[in-house]
Amino acid sequence: MENSLLFRPGHTACAGCGQAIAARLVVEASGANTVIANSTGCLEVFTTKYPDTAWGVPWIHSLFENSAAVASGVEAALKYLGKKDSINVIAQGGDGGTGDIGLQALSGMLERGHDILYVCYDNEAYMNTGVQRSGLTPFDTNTTTSPQGVQSSGNIRPKKPVPEICAAHGIPYVATASTGFPQDITRKVKKALSIKGPKYIQIHVPCPLGWRYETEQMIAVAKLAVETGLYPLFEFENGVIANRKQITPKPVEEYLKTQGRFKHLLGNPEEVKKIQAVADSNILKYNLKAA
Amino acid sequence: MKEFVEGSHAIAEIITKTNPGVISAYPITPQTHIVEDLAQMVANGELKSQFVNVESEHSAASVVLGASATGVRVYTATSSQGLFYMQEVVFNIAGMRLPVVMTCANRAISAPINIWNDQQDSISLRDAGWIQIYAEDNQEAVDFHLIAYRLGEDKRVMLPVMVCMDGFILTHGMETVDMPEQDKVNKFLPAYKPLYKLDPANPISMGLLADPDYYMETRFAIQETMKQSIEYLSEISAEFKSVFGRDYKDLLVEEYQTKDAEKVIVAMGSVCGTIKEVIDEQRSKGKKVGLLRIISYRPFPYARVYEALKDVPKVAVLDKAVSLGAYAPIAVEIKAAFYGKKKGPKVISSFVAGLGGRDITLESIGEVLRRLSTKEVNSDFIDLKPELLKEEYGE
Repeated sequence: MENSLLFRPGHTACAGCGQAIAARLVVEASGANTVIANSTGCLEVFTTKYPDTAWGVPWIHSLFENSAAVASGVEAALKYLGKKDSINVIAQGGDGGTGDIGLQALSGMLERGHDILYVCYDNEAYMNTGVQRSGLTPFDTNTTTSPQGVQSSGNIRPKKPVPEICAAHGIPYVATASTGFPQDITRKVKKALSIKGPKYIQIHVPCPLGWRYETEQMIAVAKLAVETGLYPLFEFENGVIANRKQITPKPVEEYLKTQGRFKHLLGNPEEVKKIQAVADSNILKYNLKAA
Repeated sequence: MKEFVEGSHAIAEIITKTNPGVISAYPITPQTHIVEDLAQMVANGELKSQFVNVESEHSAASVVLGASATGVRVYTATSSQGLFYMQEVVFNIAGMRLPVVMTCANRAISAPINIWNDQQDSISLRDAGWIQIYAEDNQEAVDFHLIAYRLGEDKRVMLPVMVCMDGFILTHGMETVDMPEQDKVNKFLPAYKPLYKLDPANPISMGLLADPDYYMETRFAIQETMKQSIEYLSEISAEFKSVFGRDYKDLLVEEYQTKDAEKVIVAMGSVCGTIKEVIDEQRSKGKKVGLLRIISYRPFPYARVYEALKDVPKVAVLDKAVSLGAYAPIAVEIKAAFYGKKKGPKVISSFVAGLGGRDITLESIGEVLRRLSTKEVNSDFIDLKPELLKEEYGE
């Protein structure tokens, strides 16, 4: 089957959805010999409302928190049938399904050494249920359950470092990617699938409803997250950082001002300073600054 | 071949003979011996299954769900809190029409934490869409696993099946079991051929979102299959008899001395062995007592229960579970079987016994029969300790 038919148009994603583009790139990079286990969430809802499906590869959805375990079962069955070597198994979900409610199942999948690529589409909140904060929501983000108010400037905690948590399992490959850099997604998925064992890729996927940007700005917004140092792109191999995308850092305001979820911060230099500190810390930690 | 074995080992042996592609489980007492023995058989190379050690029961159920959807026979086992932790997936497996087979080593539910036997765990999951059959002894526990695969994988059924066996009493009990021979197992239970599977050669999507235009029909379909399974159980039982020689009749209920009985106890599981002993003893004294043993709790055999009890004046239903704030679970079904019918018992009294592993003795059963009078009682607890109640509630 042509790879362009593996994720068909006609699904019901919003205009300007980063996840739809990233998911298409992932399955096209993997090819027709792929089985996908998908968590409950936007991607599941907008691609598979009965009787329609956007998927041209075998695809299964069970529950919110168990796609890593369902994929483990798929992989074990393919091994039993002697077919695993010719078929890629991908588990995928959103940031909440991956890093919050699904973290235990994900950790189990990584620890057991299954030959599976887990892809987390990180749009930084529970978008499918109406923009509630998740463990991967950035500091100071205005969401419906971390609202800005007199006593609050938004989400009180920084993002949970799920890629590092995965890397700490000593798995062969962990990477972050961004919808702002589509070729990089393709490259990383292909690289991951060339390696046997558990792999984790976390892709930053802008959400027009939750982030509140102009839909045609989606790619630009995604790029700015990377270029400010707020969403570092890196690769871990066997638990050690092996590669990063180097940047000439832009000030974080350039990213913040593109989105309604950060609008409350713009007149508040104290809070912007704290967010700049998050970016600076990333730049230092991952050695992002271009020479 | 006859073997004197522990119940758990017997289950592991019969599961090995069904050749599951994937086994996944998480340890919980009293299920552990089953999966330990299976792990050893895999380690010894006697069993070619993929054995997936998971980090929770939720994942154990999810692994067998994924594997079953990929087209292989699967097995898991759990108990008590483990079954409750699986609950979300348990419902999901039935909704996806995957013929998973699970052993539930029946155990009480926390709090207070208690590892001993009652049937609150599986009974609480009665609405999940799983066929549930309850074994009285280890021969049945072994045979019922073969029947479970045969029934669940039947193209007319395609539902998961839970074989319930009382924790410790059966799982850790030593009994002589006539272990089915491999060639006969193969004859009775052919290799699993799925209707649908996750296969790149023929890509399908499974587990789609069904909106109000589509959801109800999926539930209706399971309800219809459940009803029809009443007949399939009888049919499969006949085939089982022709291959193995053991006769489980319709596999719905067992009638023991019910024909002319004036008092009948209705019960489920291993306690029925004790009840039979009491009945034999009382019959020898000329007392007309009997037992109706429920084998299939889901689907529930209302018509068979009606036939068996319609001329019995007094019925005592013995539950090893409670529905706190309501009538006991099996008692509800027995009463429902007679509502609006011309014939039926004058009295259907309900008793609760054996919770959290309290022994149900010959005397306990005698007490049930004594309390079964013209005055109907509901959820009457047997073998309570008055001194503990005093402590709890004061004078």
